[in-house]
Amino acid sequence: MESFLTKLPVHVTLLVICAIWLLPALGLLITSFRPREAILETGWWTVLQNPFDANFQLENYIQVLTAEGMGQAFLNSLTITVPATIIPIAMAAFAAYALSWMRFAGRQVIFFIVVGLLVVPFQMTFIPLLRAYNFLGISGTFLGLWLAHTGYGMPLGIYLLRNYIGTLPKDLIEAAQVDGASHMTIFSRVILPLSLPAIASFAVFQFLWVWNDLMVALVFLGGTSDVAPVTYRLSNLVGSRGQDWHLLTSGAFISTIVPLIVFFALQRYFIRGILAGSVKG
Amino acid sequence: MGKKVFLATGSILGLSLLLGACTPTAEESTGERAEPTRTVTLLSPMTGEQKQQLERVLAPFTEATGIEVAYEGANAFATVLPVRVESGDPPDVAMFPQPGLLQRFAQAGELVPLDTFMSRTQLEKSYPRQWLELGSVNDRAYGLWYSASVKSLVWYNPQEFQRQGYSIPQTWSEMMQLSEQIVDDGKIPWCLGIDSGETTGWVGTDWIEDIMLRTAGARVYDQWVNHEIPFTHSAVKNAFEEFGEIARNSEYVVGGVVGVLSTPYGDSVNGLFRQPPRCYLHRQGSFIESFFPQDVTLGEDADVFPLPPMSEGEDVPLLVAGDVFAMFNDTPEARALMQYLASPKPHEAWARLGGYLSPHRQVSLDTYPNEVTRRQAELLMNAETIRFDGSDLMPPSVGTGTFWSGVVNYLNGKELDRVLQNIEDSWPEES
Amino acid sequence: MEILGRVFNVFLAIAVGSGGVIALFIALNYAVERLPYKWRSRLLPWVFVGPALLVLGLILVIPTLITIFYSFFGPATETFVGLKNYIFAFTNNDMQVALINNVLWIVLVTGVSVSVGLILAVLMDRVSYEPIAKSVIFTPMAISFVGASVIWRFVYAYRPEGDNQIGLLNAIVTSLGFDPVGWLVERVNFLGANVLGTTALLAIMIWLQTGFCMVLLSAAVKGIPKDMIEAARIDGANEFQIFWRITIPTIRSTMTVVATTIIVLVLKLFDIVWVMTNGNFGTEVVASRMIKEMFKFNNYGRGSAIATILLIAVVPIIIYNIHRFRKQEENQ
Repeated sequence: MESFLTKLPVHVTLLVICAIWLLPALGLLITSFRPREAILETGWWTVLQNPFDANFQLENYIQVLTAEGMGQAFLNSLTITVPATIIPIAMAAFAAYALSWMRFAGRQVIFFIVVGLLVVPFQMTFIPLLRAYNFLGISGTFLGLWLAHTGYGMPLGIYLLRNYIGTLPKDLIEAAQVDGASHMTIFSRVILPLSLPAIASFAVFQFLWVWNDLMVALVFLGGTSDVAPVTYRLSNLVGSRGQDWHLLTSGAFISTIVPLIVFFALQRYFIRGILAGSVKG
Repeated sequence: MGKKVFLATGSILGLSLLLGACTPTAEESTGERAEPTRTVTLLSPMTGEQKQQLERVLAPFTEATGIEVAYEGANAFATVLPVRVESGDPPDVAMFPQPGLLQRFAQAGELVPLDTFMSRTQLEKSYPRQWLELGSVNDRAYGLWYSASVKSLVWYNPQEFQRQGYSIPQTWSEMMQLSEQIVDDGKIPWCLGIDSGETTGWVGTDWIEDIMLRTAGARVYDQWVNHEIPFTHSAVKNAFEEFGEIARNSEYVVGGVVGVLSTPYGDSVNGLFRQPPRCYLHRQGSFIESFFPQDVTLGEDADVFPLPPMSEGEDVPLLVAGDVFAMFNDTPEARALMQYLASPKPHEAWARLGGYLSPHRQVSLDTYPNEVTRRQAELLMNAETIRFDGSDLMPPSVGTGTFWSGVVNYLNGKELDRVLQNIEDSWPEES
Repeated sequence: MEILGRVFNVFLAIAVGSGGVIALFIALNYAVERLPYKWRSRLLPWVFVGPALLVLGLILVIPTLITIFYSFFGPATETFVGLKNYIFAFTNNDMQVALINNVLWIVLVTGVSVSVGLILAVLMDRVSYEPIAKSVIFTPMAISFVGASVIWRFVYAYRPEGDNQIGLLNAIVTSLGFDPVGWLVERVNFLGANVLGTTALLAIMIWLQTGFCMVLLSAAVKGIPKDMIEAARIDGANEFQIFWRITIPTIRSTMTVVATTIIVLVLKLFDIVWVMTNGNFGTEVVASRMIKEMFKFNNYGRGSAIATILLIAVVPIIIYNIHRFRKQEENQ
């Protein structure tokens, strides 16, 4: 039994690091409740010194949330983000399994290319890709955007998952093979459950990237109200000339809510024992 | 895996193809097919309040013609538009914040010339010749100017001027004397901030251009913008040094050079209205009034005088910029919208909303809501020498590249000759 | 009714989009399983990697090849210019500054975010408030980029001496009696690059990405069998010995993956620099230079050459990963 005292250095270290990480975000949160003029007058921490004088207001949030088309934009963002997360996970997981546990010619070359593609800036693909989309008639469709995001997220997905799946114990797979299981069965019954931590990490990453993206959506989907995502609505609220800090900050928090829910929902997959339990059992 | 699963998944796959075909596409919403409403697509960099104003100004058009305007606003306009055009999917009409990109598309044959459906006389009746030329390529007009902003303005607080007994300078040297006087009074004359995030630098280049117009004259200015004289020319060097007299003088600017470089341009003007004022003079375009604190009343707390000429009696050259519409797709709806934009009606509607100047000749001065705006419109109308923002006309690798960063580097202490040589070297070879 | 219809459409689109891909794999697998054994074993790997390869090929590989090809051409990609763009990329003053800054970015961002992420992963494993602490570190990742740049503008904000400081850092500095500092603007030069400004910018990236490192490393730390650690404890090892002798070696492969991911992100990163300073004050990086040449200056040739240089820069990382990949297989 470790006493609280022996753990004190641990608590202190964690507290300090967390405080450093929290401070800027706290500043954002407080700023989002302050009126535009006050933001430019005094630092946000002055609010903490005398919280009762603070002129907190919900105005900024009301303005952002009641903006025209915000509800539709949330639906659009979900329509874009959920498939654009699940499709690359599925494809990357299958590919990672094959690259780790199936013997076939060209595996090394594929891995080589995948790692190389990690660094390709997605902006470079805009023009060739949009030309192809216009030719195929899928420009301006959700399908086209899903495919684009799938492509952009795939190298990281394959890379992360291959690394994780490749380190799973060999005995597990061999035992299943002896039992006569097909690759599909091994993949879905053994590999997938064991890889949940890695899949959850990649899912969080991909979800965030797609949810916060504005540029790719604007290029492949356009900005008309029936398809435009939340990020587009937010950027439209904020003028190109005024310093609308009050709207930027509250908008940033509103768009953060959904990713945070996703993170908390997936957090239970990061817990100990999934691997250990299954090896024993 | 049973057969049932296979069948079910097969039907989902089929559905997915169907959905791919059903999801709304940009083309469908332009209503080329059986859609009953006629629409025109419009892409512009305007967001926020400006976007709302634009929509309000376009509402009468939809009412009168039944044509819907499908509006897209994008801060990343300069990236999104070229990508759309390159891939063969341009908007019907686009609003350009500078004429440079417009001219590039016109040269590439992507734009529809206005003379295919508007007469020359109609255009000339609506716009001054200089503005028409700025939207033209090879003598064919492509651009309909919408808003104009006058950049050669110095903002000041008339109440503070009166209290201190300062008077409005008529020449450049009077302005420098006034600055010196303010320093002698133990105060700081200028508020200047050039931080503008990803567009940092334009505030400085505006200053250089304004000084060039005054010290070297319009003819040399044109040669400079067209690269007929090099960037290392003594006239350019002189303009940089003249700017440095103010911006690099820590007694003249609030916060010294670090303050100039770190302060967002929209915040810097607020120093005029503080109690006591942080500064007394601020050179910035007409649009800066949208950054004023809410309690500032135009005419009472804030007013303008034109950035003075070098010597007495010379006319005041005006540096201007503006937004311009051009048409990519020749549809009846797009033509109708362009006709509407060429008429004085939308210009007047916007002028009444304030914070906006129109280059349209038929907009009467009475339309503007206050004295300060009217004075700017008057300047715009009567100026003998009007020149467009030079950095907007230079090739983008200079105008939004090395010229911007060059001014910043100069303020940041880099040796002027090297700064100018670097800009000169970056000028693209003739293509 | 209309709203219900819209919501239904959303769910339909999500179900079809997400279900479609799974259905695709099941259908392909079903078809291949019907084939004779010889064909099956040859085709099955391609069923598994095929869809991924197809998407990668169409969306990334072909555009990349086009880019490499364009890098030998002029601005409008019409005239062949040989190596001119590459010569520009290595001789231009701004590019040299960008290259030096990129080295700084790679070393500091990767070093700090991986080591802090590791410390957090190990320490958090031992406290009861782990979920809360983790979400604190993770939150920056969830904040959109625009939001992040606003936050950090308020961290670095500079007001002239005598004014109210609204920036956190300058408020601290001035309350200690020093003059306010222009964090992004004032220059601490190293070979023409601005170390102070660049560090201020890359701190933002560290703040954003440490959460990602922590999440991945934490999963690996929790994967270490408990009996292994218990056994070491019984043998009298202290916590530091356990950390260096057991934790680090066991999760080394994950650390490589995390470091590789961060290096690649850093090489590609342009938006922080773009939004905060536009590369002024000696803070330019290679990727922001690339985006500028491509989309601002319309010089596709130069932009493509810089992109190709980024691609070449990861070759050593690719080789190291391939090496690791082979070793992993030998151990299998």
